[in-house]
Amino acid sequence: MNKINRKKRRYFRAILLLFMCSIVLYTLFSNISKDKYVVSEGDYAPNFSLETLQGERVELKDYRGEGVFLNFWGTWCKPCEREMPYMEEEYKNFKDQGVEILAVNIEESDLIVQNFVDRFNLSFPILMDRDGEVTGKYKIGPIPTTFLIDKNGKVVKIITGSMTQQDVKKYMNLIKP
Amino acid sequence: MNKIKCECGHVNHEGTVLCEACGKPIEGNQHIDGNDKTRLLNMRYDGSARRSQTYKKSIIDKIWNFFSSVKVGVWLIVLTLVASAMGTIFPQEQWIPANAVSRDPAIYYESTYGIFGQIYYQLGFYDLYSSWWYLLLVALIGISLVICSIDRFVPLYKALKNQKAKRHETFLSRQRLYSESDNVSKEEKQQIIKSLKKQRYSVRDENGHILAEKGRFSRWGPYVNHIGLIIVLIAAVLRMTTPMYIDEYMWIREGERTVIPGTNGEYYAKNKDFILETYDKDNQRFEEAIKKEGVVAKNFETELVIYKDQTSATGAEPKLEKLKEGSTRLNHPMKFDGYALYQAGYQSNEFSSMSFKVHETDDPNETAIGSITIDLTSPKSEYKLDNGLRVVIDQYFPDYYLDNGEPRSKSKYPKNPAFVFFIYPPNSDDPEVSFVGIRKNIDATGENEYKLGLQDFEMRDVSGIMVIRDYTLPLFFLGGVIFMIGVIQGMYWHHRRIWINPKNGKLLLAAHTNKNWHGVKTDIEKAIANTNVNMVKDQQELPG
Repeated sequence: MNKINRKKRRYFRAILLLFMCSIVLYTLFSNISKDKYVVSEGDYAPNFSLETLQGERVELKDYRGEGVFLNFWGTWCKPCEREMPYMEEEYKNFKDQGVEILAVNIEESDLIVQNFVDRFNLSFPILMDRDGEVTGKYKIGPIPTTFLIDKNGKVVKIITGSMTQQDVKKYMNLIKP
Repeated sequence: MNKIKCECGHVNHEGTVLCEACGKPIEGNQHIDGNDKTRLLNMRYDGSARRSQTYKKSIIDKIWNFFSSVKVGVWLIVLTLVASAMGTIFPQEQWIPANAVSRDPAIYYESTYGIFGQIYYQLGFYDLYSSWWYLLLVALIGISLVICSIDRFVPLYKALKNQKAKRHETFLSRQRLYSESDNVSKEEKQQIIKSLKKQRYSVRDENGHILAEKGRFSRWGPYVNHIGLIIVLIAAVLRMTTPMYIDEYMWIREGERTVIPGTNGEYYAKNKDFILETYDKDNQRFEEAIKKEGVVAKNFETELVIYKDQTSATGAEPKLEKLKEGSTRLNHPMKFDGYALYQAGYQSNEFSSMSFKVHETDDPNETAIGSITIDLTSPKSEYKLDNGLRVVIDQYFPDYYLDNGEPRSKSKYPKNPAFVFFIYPPNSDDPEVSFVGIRKNIDATGENEYKLGLQDFEMRDVSGIMVIRDYTLPLFFLGGVIFMIGVIQGMYWHHRRIWINPKNGKLLLAAHTNKNWHGVKTDIEKAIANTNVNMVKDQQELPG
């Protein structure tokens, strides 16, 4: 009887302590990971549908089976401007290998975007996020931010900041189906 | 584990200081409450066996004992207080003013506060309240609260439940209030009982041994109070870690529609109009303020239309349905589906449209040949005038600045619009180039036949709106209410016990209370009036 009581007490206290420790750990962990992207590496990329500069509607899920190089950018952003020619160069090489670039422009006017596209001779589709819908969905902070999505629709890697041509090549190889 | 059988027959847990039933000090355990050194008994938790004071061997015992110590609890609170105070020395990262040297904490603190700022930054105090160690401190307080309460509440509850009216004479004589009386008649005893009952004591009579007790309820006050605190802590955890609490900020331009942050793309808002009203210059009431400030704002308001996307879960093309139309005024949020939109700021430094007139360069009167109006959010690339002249926008910089001689835009917002225009004279494919911006009008070649002059412009306001959704508030409220109930319970009721036990022809009278000793003395005085019973002496006041 006494032994049982003692065991009961020990279990009670051990379980209580364990329970409280796990709450504390959970809180700490979720607080640390809170400020990161809503969409993180390993997640499925949330689907969206946007119009291109030419007015065609494009939906992300239609690219299943292909690697998607999802780039968020703006014309005023210098690092975005820097990596655009590299993206264009590599796009030419990787297009036939099943890698698509979707470059989401954040809330700018057609005129400005068109000027920019003409200036850099961009051939990949430019998506116009006019209401900031997709930018909000992916919780984009600083730009450029690029999501590398594999053929299964999973986010393989998230890159913030400008890329070199080497980087672009490396990343496109990563998501090549 | 050794149970201890008292001479009264009650079996006590190991570590008991005073027998739960009769209160007799249990030999060998008196050092625990320090009774071995004093004349009076330490009545803390009624001398019950507290786990933390009894078992000290296993790791779990040790952890338990650490947290069950009030001393540790107080230190945790002091540390948290000191840490919280530290966080207020310099502004936290999120409150670095917008016009600071740099909003990068690595630069801001050192450049603004010198060496102390640098230390502050390097210790990570710039984001103190969400640092892991600060959260850990708060969490440890929570654990301490739970364990302290359990460690004390359970044995105290048992001791008070198991207590008998018949007490050991050592227990009685070592109470603070105590007296012995001879020759007390049965009638007098009945009279005392009656009087105690009248004073709302619940009286137990066990073979002539009397226990009069009231306000035991008050003893649970601190534990109720702690339950309230724990609920508040749980609410804080939920607020920090789950989407039960959403706190976002958005800038929304007049005429624009944008997705509301924090809603997972489910809701959109359109800013129909931002309204800033000021008090009349002749306003009597604010005469002083108007003299000092020039203008005094009376109202900040944004007229909004809220839309709900019916397809947000699938990510297909948004199908927006109008949900609500209304306005958010300062301190009067607009509410929908659990969200509240608060008017929180505004900017009025953006252009929405500009009108230019075209005239001949050498016309001294600058008579307009025609004019164009450019919508700055969606400018067209070409504007035709009646006389066949065409104005083509070659380049548009919404927020113009010169970057090493190269014109660029600082942002996507039309705060300082500038254009490179190609003007095609009628029947000509040979454009004249001119650069036009705010207070800038540059003729590239100096030979232009036509010139553009700024005629008119419209500004648009940008409204700053806070998006709040807080489902944790009711939980905070509940915790607060329970906390307050606990405080009241412990403060406004007093636990008083009076023992009257016959022993060897004498009548022993003793009393204990957890607060207001004067009160219990008055109760006893009233009860024993007109009897042979001697008034209790306050043994604490006696020397020795």
